[in-house]
Amino acid sequence: MTTVTVDKAAPTRKVKYGSMSRDRAWALRWSYFFLVIFAIFFLTPPIYMFITSLKSSAEISAATNPWWVFHPTPENYIALLTSNQFLRFFWNSAIVSIFVVTITMLISVPAAFALSRMRFWGSATLATGVFLTYLIPETLLFIPLFKMFAVIGDWTGIQLINRWYVLLILYPTLTVPFCTWIMIGYFASIPKELDEAAVIDGASWIQTLTRIFIPVAFPGIIAATIFAFTVSWAQFLYPLVFTTSTDQLVMPVGIITSLIRGDVFNWGQIMTGALLGAAPPLIIYAFLMDYYIAGLTAGATKG
Amino acid sequence: MADVTLRKVVKRYDEVEAVRGIDLDIADHEFVVLVGPSGCGKSTTLRMIAGLEDISDGDIMIGGDIVNDVPPKDRDIAMVFQNYALYPHMTVAENMSFGLRLKRYPKAEIKSRIDEAARMLDIVELVDRKPKQLSGGQRQRVAMGRAIVRNPKVFLFDEPLSNLDAKLRVQMRIEIKKVHQKVRTTTVYVTHDQVEAMTLADRVVVMNHGRIEQIGTPNELYHKPATKFVASFIGSPAMNFIPCRLEDLAGKLHIRLTDRIAFPLPPARAARYQGIPRTDKLLLGLRPEHITEARPHLSPGVEAFDTVLDVTEPMGMETLIYFTLEGSQVCGRVNPNAGAQDGAPLRLAVDLNNMHLLNEVTGVVL
Repeated sequence: MTTVTVDKAAPTRKVKYGSMSRDRAWALRWSYFFLVIFAIFFLTPPIYMFITSLKSSAEISAATNPWWVFHPTPENYIALLTSNQFLRFFWNSAIVSIFVVTITMLISVPAAFALSRMRFWGSATLATGVFLTYLIPETLLFIPLFKMFAVIGDWTGIQLINRWYVLLILYPTLTVPFCTWIMIGYFASIPKELDEAAVIDGASWIQTLTRIFIPVAFPGIIAATIFAFTVSWAQFLYPLVFTTSTDQLVMPVGIITSLIRGDVFNWGQIMTGALLGAAPPLIIYAFLMDYYIAGLTAGATKG
Repeated sequence: MADVTLRKVVKRYDEVEAVRGIDLDIADHEFVVLVGPSGCGKSTTLRMIAGLEDISDGDIMIGGDIVNDVPPKDRDIAMVFQNYALYPHMTVAENMSFGLRLKRYPKAEIKSRIDEAARMLDIVELVDRKPKQLSGGQRQRVAMGRAIVRNPKVFLFDEPLSNLDAKLRVQMRIEIKKVHQKVRTTTVYVTHDQVEAMTLADRVVVMNHGRIEQIGTPNELYHKPATKFVASFIGSPAMNFIPCRLEDLAGKLHIRLTDRIAFPLPPARAARYQGIPRTDKLLLGLRPEHITEARPHLSPGVEAFDTVLDVTEPMGMETLIYFTLEGSQVCGRVNPNAGAQDGAPLRLAVDLNNMHLLNEVTGVVL
């Protein structure tokens, strides 16, 4: 408002000088504009899923307005939440994700600490190498990996294929490189003097890591945790390839294989299952985001 | 408490020699300041004493024991860093006690040491705060507190005041001196600020290009610099260097500055410089306070000459004057009432009793 009065007070002036607040106002308008488009674009599918999940199969196949529910029913939710099979998928997903997150953090945090702080021969090359492994897509890897596990099964008799715990070996190949990379970045932002002070105070490498680095880089650890959880929760290709029995399936694959029978799509339950499956990451995001952002801004200042 | 000894200490980074053979004996309780321009090797030297850098050659001894391969935590030293290096997630008390807790000291002991250090540094009311709630000066106190509670053999300070504003720096300088008077721990202090070096040190070590230029008390360095580097580095405004040569005029040894200006040397100086070839290119080193306004009666060894001032800088208790002599700018200090003005002529006096004569090529003070 003030900028407008300033302009009126000097109407003869031809050169328009930029005003900070006016620039800011326009920047805000543009960002709102794009954020609204963004929100519409990304919220439409879940809303559609939610609407569909409240419909009966008859209403879904009827030629009514797909964006409105005329006879809302909880039958899809009841069907899934009372189905042992669906609960099994959910349970498998939860177990796999929790284990994968734990394994990932146990590997990538010490790895990142070593790669960012202990200057040993080849550490820089190794750090780049870790990141490069992340760039290889899993669509390229699943065939050799499958072959590998088959060979291991033949030689040792240890059957890994079609066991849910094979995913505990597979998922970290995706999560460890990226989480290590994120953590290298976070650890690199911690001033060198901090670990030197710790060393002089008498801390060993392990103590420096656990008592200084992990608490200071906690936002980074949360970011890595969220990433690892999301990847393992949403991973589709590996479980599709490596697990086949219904009691070994995780949710994304389970929903597809059990709710699509031949060419019959049980849309109501598919949408419900997808929504229920999206809930845990959403809850975790909402819960950890506060810590994440608070930690980020606190770490930005010196000292 | 211990003495620290460096014997021919060398630090090489690939092909660069950062420190080129340093010998230094630091006595127990002594406060030694390493000073020099950036890149002179002073911080590297300190970090080698701390054990944060390996030494490429030579020996470092703390309390008589060679510590070349002893890790930092076993050297019993404490270090204060330029950017404080406080642990951001710990309170002041936790920061100070971290080292003691790692060594599993009893809780009561830790508490009494923190209390004592906090009282000494006047940070008692801050012990429960986090570093980000503290000002720069307070953070620096906490960093010092962290060093004090350990009660180490040696304190190492790495430019601890560089991040503070000028006023706070003066205050903390006095604070550091007070702490040293109380705890009497052997201290090695690195700075690039010659004023800090002069005010804090029992002895100052001036370093340049990885070597020690001179070791001495602040007064020795100021009044008897060994090289041109030390002469120009210590003192502010810096010492003037005026190209000159020696000349025999009427049986007395004179120093000739320009075609117009030649001063007879005081007898003591004349005897000292008699053997120098008259053709040698020399530099006359004079501190600004020895170039003042001429008084009616000149004391022996003080010679007067006329010049035209370029610029004057009134400082309040004195006025700095700048004029040109044979192409080199010269700075003097005159009384504010001497009538010095920009572009005005002024009769000045130089006190040759306090002169230095340097070899222009080698930079050695003769």
